[in-house]
Amino acid sequence: MSFFVAKNIIKNYANHRALDNVSIEIPEGAIYGLLGPNGAGKTSLIRIINQITGPDSGELFFKNRKLEPADMNRIGYLPEERGLYKKMKVGEQAVYLARLKGVSRHDAIQQLKAWFEKFGIEAWWDRKVEELSKGMAQKVQFITTVLHEPEMLIFDEPFSGFDPINVELLKKEILELRKKGTTIIFSTHNMASVEEICSHIALINKSKKIIEGPINQIRNKYANNTYQLICKYQEDLHPQQLIGDEFELLSEKIEDGQHELILQRLEACPTNTLLRRLLDKVDIISYQKIIPGMNDIFIKLVKEEANN
Amino acid sequence: MNKTLIIIGREFTTRVRKKSFLVLTLVVPILLAGFYAFLMWMLLKDDTQNRHIAVINDSELERPFEQINNNTFEYIDSSLTEKEAPDFLKQQGYYALIRIPENVMDHPDVPVYSFSQVPMELKNEIASQLRSKIEEIKRAKVIAESQVPDLEAQLLATQTPVLVRTLKISDTGEAKESSSEVASAIGLIGGMIIYFFIFMYASQVMKGVIEEKTNRIIEVLVSSVKPFQFLLGKIIGVAAVGLVQFLIWVAFGLILILALQTLFLPGIDLEALRNAGSLAGGLTDISGTGNLSEEKIQIIQNVAMTIDPLFILKFLAAFLFYFIGGYLLYASLFAAIGAAVDNETDSQQFLTPLSIILVVGLYIGFAAMKSPESPMVFWSSLIPFTSPIVMLVRIPFGVPAWEVITSMLLLIASFIFFTWLSGKIYRIGILMYGKKVTWKELYKWLKY
Repeated sequence: MSFFVAKNIIKNYANHRALDNVSIEIPEGAIYGLLGPNGAGKTSLIRIINQITGPDSGELFFKNRKLEPADMNRIGYLPEERGLYKKMKVGEQAVYLARLKGVSRHDAIQQLKAWFEKFGIEAWWDRKVEELSKGMAQKVQFITTVLHEPEMLIFDEPFSGFDPINVELLKKEILELRKKGTTIIFSTHNMASVEEICSHIALINKSKKIIEGPINQIRNKYANNTYQLICKYQEDLHPQQLIGDEFELLSEKIEDGQHELILQRLEACPTNTLLRRLLDKVDIISYQKIIPGMNDIFIKLVKEEANN
Repeated sequence: MNKTLIIIGREFTTRVRKKSFLVLTLVVPILLAGFYAFLMWMLLKDDTQNRHIAVINDSELERPFEQINNNTFEYIDSSLTEKEAPDFLKQQGYYALIRIPENVMDHPDVPVYSFSQVPMELKNEIASQLRSKIEEIKRAKVIAESQVPDLEAQLLATQTPVLVRTLKISDTGEAKESSSEVASAIGLIGGMIIYFFIFMYASQVMKGVIEEKTNRIIEVLVSSVKPFQFLLGKIIGVAAVGLVQFLIWVAFGLILILALQTLFLPGIDLEALRNAGSLAGGLTDISGTGNLSEEKIQIIQNVAMTIDPLFILKFLAAFLFYFIGGYLLYASLFAAIGAAVDNETDSQQFLTPLSIILVVGLYIGFAAMKSPESPMVFWSSLIPFTSPIVMLVRIPFGVPAWEVITSMLLLIASFIFFTWLSGKIYRIGILMYGKKVTWKELYKWLKY
């Protein structure tokens, strides 16, 4: 069984169903992207995983046993809407939040000092949160989220509100945490960051899970047999005649004397056969399968859902 | 449980370290002690000012006043009219001018002219001295005309001073001297403090909840502890602030009162005074030892009665119980309101009914001071929403044990029920944003 499993989760609110029979499986050590448009039910699911609210029906398993309230200490959560006590001092507040996660005062102070040093923010310890800029407060909040060394981390839109330099810093930290074996759930709209760091994804739309799995598998599944061919040839050549009946030319573009062709493979045909047909007539520069970005898959799936 | 303690710790320390807490904690006992000192001073001070008062005596009375405290009287011959009085006072430097009219025996109406307000004590003294002079002359006349032998001695024998002492009978059948004025004052002050404490600290809980909700830290917090556990920690933490503040006040107040007593009433043994109260005629023995008048001894004794340690202990215990009980009841409701709204202005619609109940409680408390046994007072001292205030006002008058116990049990039962109810609203409310919540909506949340 996977590291964390949610089975047939149903959650109803007064007027609508937020989660309709949603099941997800998060493998150990994964960076698991939870995708979906606004209002799809991502936050509801995250709150259930965090045990902030309970599901109306369904089961949750953490490391092959039922999820318990005590597991709160082994999960870290960075909500989308960040917040700290404004009037409280940074250090004191971080210690308080760490203690609520079951870390002793002594350990909390020691580890916080190390983190503050790492981020170069030792000087903030005795400052009130209201004196910090938004980005500064976010850094503090990130530290409080990971301080108790949780086995599973949940980030809801972690990069919003950070400048590009801090986004890089954060990405580095997240990847480092993964190296140490932390399983990470990642809820976001930012598809570029999904492709960059996620190993698995699930797409939720209108309270239902549409797709789930390793990101490469999903991208390949939607790869759709299109290929990009970049080559040079004489102007009087007609490429469709060259490529044969198994392929259809979708588009043709010329840039700097190079032709960029998008081919759709209609029936099975080894790549070598195609290349052999082309070899004498054209100068091949590159040939590759087109793997769609998550952005395209996301939009495509959500649109399909809307049409049904 | 350990996490609840951490929460209690934070709620307590952040509030206690605030400047406003320090100011309130120090200023209130100083104000109270100042008030007490002022009362003592007013009651005990002698009129020490030297005043010269001119008297125009047109009557047959012969020099009716000689000296009252430090006020001296000078008799002048003059036919001043009322209009000339101001000029006269200014020129001659007299404090006041008293005109005793010729027919004062039949129409005892005596004007006293002065640029300042004549003190009550002086005015009363002038009146009483005049009265006794007039009565003396009239009586002498009657005696002379009646020709009854020994009439004067007989009349003197009819004079009977009456001492009324109110005795409260306790459950054990023991009669104890009490003072209803002081009892009602103590009860009312206790009731008012409870009212302010409940309002002040329950609002602090509400403000805290709104703060956590609006700056969204609540979502992080409830991913570490259960919402109800968090709410409980908050309520207890704030209660601890209230209790510490109250205990500081009590300690502070007692020290100041003791200090003032030794300052104002040196050499008077309050314990002896209290005991003297239960012995008829004991008062005069005591008054003989000091240089205080019998009247003043009576006042001091009344005050001393209320400083009976046993009474104070009982009253403080009742105060603590009703403060904690009332606070728990209201704080959980205030917390539910805080969770239901997005900011403080929205809280008004839900707060108003609660505030009205509390204020009504306070007014019934005022009524209880006058008639502690009326049905309205009786019922509202049992109903949990008003009982913390009303019962506390009643207690100094003596309340049957079963009534107090019923009232306390009802309070405990209702705060458990309402805390449970509020917990349900709180749990949902804290995660609900940007929605104007109605009563109907709250009712729905209860059924989740």
